[in-house]
Amino acid sequence: MARSSQRKWVTGYLIAVAAIFIIYQFLFPWEGLPIGIYDFLQLWLPPTAVNESLVYVICALGLNIVVGYAGLLDLGYVAFWAIGGYCAGWFMSEFFYQINLHFFGSVARTAPGIHVNFWGVLLIGGLVCAFFGILIGGPTLRLKSDYLAIVTLGFGEIIPQVFFNGDDIAGFNLSNGTKGITILDPIPVGAKNIGPFDFGYKFIIFVLLAALMVFISLRLRKGKLGRAWLAIREDELAASMMGVPLMQTKLSAYAVGAFAGGLGGVAFATHVDGVYAERFNFSISIFLLAMVVLGGMGNVWGVIIGALLLSWINSTGLPAFGTTFNDKFGTSINFPSFTFLLFGLVLILMMLYKREGLIPESRLRLILHEGDAEEDLTSKESK
Amino acid sequence: MSALLEVRNLKVGYGKIIAVKDVSITVNQGEIVTLIGSNGAGKSTTLRTISGLLKPKSGEIFFEGNRIDGKEGHDVVKLGICQSPEGRRIFPRMTVSENLDLGAFLRNDKDGVEADRERVLELFPRLRERINQRAGTMSGGEQQMLAVSRALMGAPKLLMLDEPSMGLAPVLVDMIFETITKIRDQGITILLIEQNAAAALDVADRAYVLESGTVKISGKASDLAKDDAVTKAYLGG
Ligand SMILES: Nc1ncnc2c1ncn2[C@@H]1O[C@H](COP(=O)(O)OP(=O)(O)OP(=O)(O)O)[C@@H](O)[C@H]1O
Ligand SMILES: [Mg+2]
Repeated sequence: MARSSQRKWVTGYLIAVAAIFIIYQFLFPWEGLPIGIYDFLQLWLPPTAVNESLVYVICALGLNIVVGYAGLLDLGYVAFWAIGGYCAGWFMSEFFYQINLHFFGSVARTAPGIHVNFWGVLLIGGLVCAFFGILIGGPTLRLKSDYLAIVTLGFGEIIPQVFFNGDDIAGFNLSNGTKGITILDPIPVGAKNIGPFDFGYKFIIFVLLAALMVFISLRLRKGKLGRAWLAIREDELAASMMGVPLMQTKLSAYAVGAFAGGLGGVAFATHVDGVYAERFNFSISIFLLAMVVLGGMGNVWGVIIGALLLSWINSTGLPAFGTTFNDKFGTSINFPSFTFLLFGLVLILMMLYKREGLIPESRLRLILHEGDAEEDLTSKESK
Repeated sequence: MSALLEVRNLKVGYGKIIAVKDVSITVNQGEIVTLIGSNGAGKSTTLRTISGLLKPKSGEIFFEGNRIDGKEGHDVVKLGICQSPEGRRIFPRMTVSENLDLGAFLRNDKDGVEADRERVLELFPRLRERINQRAGTMSGGEQQMLAVSRALMGAPKLLMLDEPSMGLAPVLVDMIFETITKIRDQGITILLIEQNAAAALDVADRAYVLESGTVKISGKASDLAKDDAVTKAYLGG
């Protein structure tokens, strides 16, 4: 039962992935599609929107571990996204032109700057973020959850500001300030280099990263750590009476969540081919939170849908609807400006009427539990 | 007789409020020791301090001869001190089965856990019927059974129960106390906190009477049950 339900989700996602890859990699760029379909896709589902939504999936899955599993409210998740992004900026471009360091990079060895292989940068971005997660979590996770929310809120505001004003830190240019860091190295895959416009292949890479996060989430969820997270979410004091080490368990949720933020940050940087401080604002934190809430806190499959849906509405759905609507009725309403009104509404309605999310985790838990019962039975029989 | 738990001159407070002024108690291997006293006497505070959730202002706590005050809560559990806390504190949105699993959180002996699970379900057959029910939807009595069972799943050397009979119908109270005796007979030492002094003194070997944060009277449970001061104050006699 558990297996088959999981399999259904996985199969569903895999089919969607294959279809999208074929369309965007082989049909779309050649305009081999009938012009009507081409225009339709360009308006309603452009490749950039698809890839951007995957970045949101990666990060939302990370935030889901912090908020959904461990029940720690984090309002500053964008900080990790930013740090991950700048890791890509620092280690995959000519930004530090004073240095000439190559580590399996994808550009000519003569190019100035630090050029670490994309896959290595992913790891670096993830680990640096995990480190910051522990750094910020250490002193704050002892706080009650409301205070934790405020501290993380501050962290999410400070980090982007540091990058925003970081072009002259005692003479040192850390972030290139408002100009940002741009032109990142292509992503090396075997002998091939994937540039900024290779949507199809980049799509596959992002899917793999999202799949990695799904795998991590599900594995941890089933294990001891996952159980400890859920116990803390339910009742912290009771959890510690069961022997759950509170600090360690919360910190690990933070670290894993931050790691995902790092992955997402690096992915996003390669997606837009640069890092710009002004893009890392508070709204992203709230945005991600809305995705987790919408999908059903703690439910991996639901959170993915929440992320895809909200990201699509934001990047494409609402603007495209606006254009169509305005064309048809000759109006000039600025629909994208209603994005946050819409998301605010979604959050409020969800909290009022469907607190467990669209796909409640409880059902999933029951399913998972039946899986456990099966195992129990077989282990008893074998005795 | 060797002392399993020894509390010496414990003083504990919440900020400026001193809840426990001077408490010394000893629990020997294989005993049921009860801590009785009126509301606010400091019973739960003493228990919370033993389990590492509160830090004492002064005094010492020894378990199996090793000092344990100052240890974190989860480390105390690791030593073999498990509890069913005041107000039960079961995980309401988890199933009975998941609650039991969490009780065994620190254990790695799969077979032992499985055996203990069987054992607590023997002790409380009602829980077996409700094994996949959400714990929060069970009756108060069933939740109490779960809280005790969950503590037992940690394979404790010392089981601490904070008012297990609270809010239960008389039949269930009898049943709980009977079970407490059964648990002791399985070799687990018990520290029992109770408002229901009569029942507690009935099952316990020794007893301490707490009043405003200090031990007023202590001795054999059977003696205390006959003691005038005790009967007047706590047994309604
Ligand atoms: N978290 C707290 N903050 C401040 N004071 C507290 C706190 N918990 C308990 N107290 C106070 O400490 C004193 C002892 O409380 P404790 O819970 O130990 O009593 P008790 O003997 O368990 O009583 P009861 O039988 O009613 O449970 C009380 O005066 C209580 O008001
Ligand atoms: Mg109490």
